Amino acid sequence: MTMDISSREQAPAYVPDFPGLLASISREVPAHCILTRVDQTTAYECDGLALYRERPPVVILPETEQQVLAVLRACRAFNVPLVPRGAGTGLSGGATPHAQGVLVGLAKLNRIHRLDPEACVAVVGPGVRNLAISEAAAAHGLYYAPDPSSQIACSIGGNVAENSGGVHCLKYGLTVHNVLRVRIATIEGDIIELGGEAPDAPGLNLLSAFIGSEGMLGLVTEVTVRLIPKPQHAQVVMASFPSVEAAGEAVTRVIADGVIPAGLELMDKRSVHMVEPFVNAGYDLEAEAILLCESDGTPEEVAEEVARVESLFRAAGATRLQASGSEAERLRFWAGRKNAFPAAGRISPDYYCMDGTIPRRHLGRVLSAIAAMEGRFGLRCANVFHAGDGNLHPLILFDANQPDEVERAEAFGAAILELCVEVGGTITGEHGVGLEKINQMCSQFSREELDAFSALKRAFDPYGLLNPSKLIPTLVRCAEYGKMHVHNGELRFPDIPRF
Amino acid sequence: MMDFVLSEFCDRVATARAAQRPVHIRGGGTRAFYGEPLAGEGGPERVWLDVSPYHGIIGYEPSELVITARAGTPLAEIEGALAERGQMLAFEPPRFGSAGTLGGCVATGLSGPRRMAAGSLSDFVLGARLLDANGNVLRFGGEVMKNVAGYDVSRLLAGSLGVLGAIVEVSLKVMPVPRRETTRVLEADEARALALCARWRGRPVPVSATAWLDEGGAAGGRLYVRLSGNESAVAQAAASIGGEALEAPADARFWQALRDQQHAFFGRRPLWRLSVPPATPPLGLGETLVEWQGGLRWIAAPLEAGADVRARVQAAGGSACLYRHDGETGGHTVFHPLAAGVLQIHRRLKHEFDPAGLFNPHRLYPEF
Repeated sequence: MTMDISSREQAPAYVPDFPGLLASISREVPAHCILTRVDQTTAYECDGLALYRERPPVVILPETEQQVLAVLRACRAFNVPLVPRGAGTGLSGGATPHAQGVLVGLAKLNRIHRLDPEACVAVVGPGVRNLAISEAAAAHGLYYAPDPSSQIACSIGGNVAENSGGVHCLKYGLTVHNVLRVRIATIEGDIIELGGEAPDAPGLNLLSAFIGSEGMLGLVTEVTVRLIPKPQHAQVVMASFPSVEAAGEAVTRVIADGVIPAGLELMDKRSVHMVEPFVNAGYDLEAEAILLCESDGTPEEVAEEVARVESLFRAAGATRLQASGSEAERLRFWAGRKNAFPAAGRISPDYYCMDGTIPRRHLGRVLSAIAAMEGRFGLRCANVFHAGDGNLHPLILFDANQPDEVERAEAFGAAILELCVEVGGTITGEHGVGLEKINQMCSQFSREELDAFSALKRAFDPYGLLNPSKLIPTLVRCAEYGKMHVHNGELRFPDIPRF
Repeated sequence: MMDFVLSEFCDRVATARAAQRPVHIRGGGTRAFYGEPLAGEGGPERVWLDVSPYHGIIGYEPSELVITARAGTPLAEIEGALAERGQMLAFEPPRFGSAGTLGGCVATGLSGPRRMAAGSLSDFVLGARLLDANGNVLRFGGEVMKNVAGYDVSRLLAGSLGVLGAIVEVSLKVMPVPRRETTRVLEADEARALALCARWRGRPVPVSATAWLDEGGAAGGRLYVRLSGNESAVAQAAASIGGEALEAPADARFWQALRDQQHAFFGRRPLWRLSVPPATPPLGLGETLVEWQGGLRWIAAPLEAGADVRARVQAAGGSACLYRHDGETGGHTVFHPLAAGVLQIHRRLKHEFDPAGLFNPHRLYPEF
């Protein structure tokens, strides 16, 4: 099923001069890198968020940085929008093609240029898969820490675009904490580098601003990542709780005690019932919530931390506790959590994965409100939660073949995101805004704040050609969304500073 | 309702803008030495925006690992509140005096000894409020650790020296104080010290800070290594790296003096701060203090040697800041010159955020 995205500001009335553009790059970009036939381009009509589709008129798959530059210069010369794409696993429609634009896939820039075990860095092309970096580094006892669930497929260029996280980011950080340098092809057809292997780079911190910019500021042609030593040992404590609130309280106690677990995940009862028949992880079907808490380090460190966590969980009312006794058991405990999305696909024809972040103290309130929304929207929702960092992934279960279930799922999702903003959180923790959450940007930010995002974009892309109409909603869109004059529950006036 | 102090700041910016007078932002004034020297009087009279009256911790949730405070809050107050709950600012920012504020700390972006182990100041910025050139207060980021809504403007403000506007509020991620810390001292020359740091980097050794000082001794220098973690990990690492223990309270005093740049080495002028890839061999630029596992090197080099210093450091993939200059820069920019393409983005960004060139003109680079 598809959404009508013509309402998403995608369609200027004219058709760009694609033949002229392609002719202008024919000397630099070989013919086999250019796809224009419908049977070739259809595969690129959506990313991991299949709700939004748009068949790209032209797909270009450059094989070198020089070719990337040629494409950028041509797009600039012909005033044609350009949408970059990595592995296409994004979940917010960030790589949804532009109806009058060129889609540039960077997957072929997939070489590991340098892996330096002494400096603990890897220099890689944007198309290198996240997991491939850790696989290449494993021989040296090193790995690349951020591990989004899609790490087997997603590319490091895409990770930079989205500032991807993963289940270990409370302790090891997000993409922004683990990327040292990016090499970027600009819309002007120049190469610039931000950051470096030295700990400080001169000037403004453009590297952090670039990471998570969803392909709207430049095209990544090379990334330097930090590698870290693999922990010697890891162990998971699995704990059952009689309520979600009790599980949340257990997390609070662990963190207040000074423990920073390597991973800390919460699943509600519906999630547990959803995944257990699928993976036989040994989850407690009686529990209202399950926590998985991983410790890593030396064997002594892990033993000390696991004992501490178990006693804190017990004090918080855990009804069952089990520490993994082997590496196989540890992986089995995780298998349930990591397969939550496929398991949702098994019990429901479709599911819609949300990605809000909340201050954890509001977990009970938010989950109760989501439960109440199930009745309101007539749909079920299972919740998995990166409990350490407050990132909530409600999985809304629906059937696209039923009348209006897509609309209800979207409305349900929007209501959850509004709730996240209301309790002091954010509309996206790690999946990005893309096209999907562009309306909710009007709820989280004022017009002036959105203008600042536009200002930052213009500094990199004065012509507005890079991945246009993503992330930053227009004034008209926000007015339509009905949020323009009500922000933080207060009436606003344009001439009075807002607080 | 808008806070009275903040609304007065907004008025001041609007008035300055109307009168085409530059706005110079200050907090406790302890970091005023950092950056391009203030031009002499002569142009339109400058307006001082003193952020220190806007102070106080707004929210601190130890179990959420987040603190939010107004920019004028003394750094010491924040670190005191954290210490009471067994937490800390893991990037270990230098304190140059009791008046130093959170806003100044974030605007200068300087991290301390724990930088390589814990991350830089900007890594810990979760959100910020910015008073912009229109007199609006804009909020970016938030109080949660994972947040990819919009561009990461709050981290962009870290180290911006106020050129994009005045930081008026900041949310930072905080971390628990390690259960145990111990310091070992190894006799080593600079090359040997760098080789040791490289060896530890690739292994799970809980090194939280290093400093190599040219203190003479049998080997021609000493490498101080701080280990942090739980009891067993620190004890194991201490045994494996060897050296002598630096006992309490001398160990804490040593790292504090290094953090606050009170060690005698920091008294030299002009003092250059070199940021290089940590594995860079000794640069041979004269007497050196090495921190950050090799990534940060302090040297005292005369202004006449500046061009040579910059060329050598740049060839190594790093940058050189003329950190302490007492107003005499000898024609050098204070910060390492930017590549043309990057400078162009800086210019445009400044123009977009502050078209009238109101805030801290020429403080970061003479071009804007």
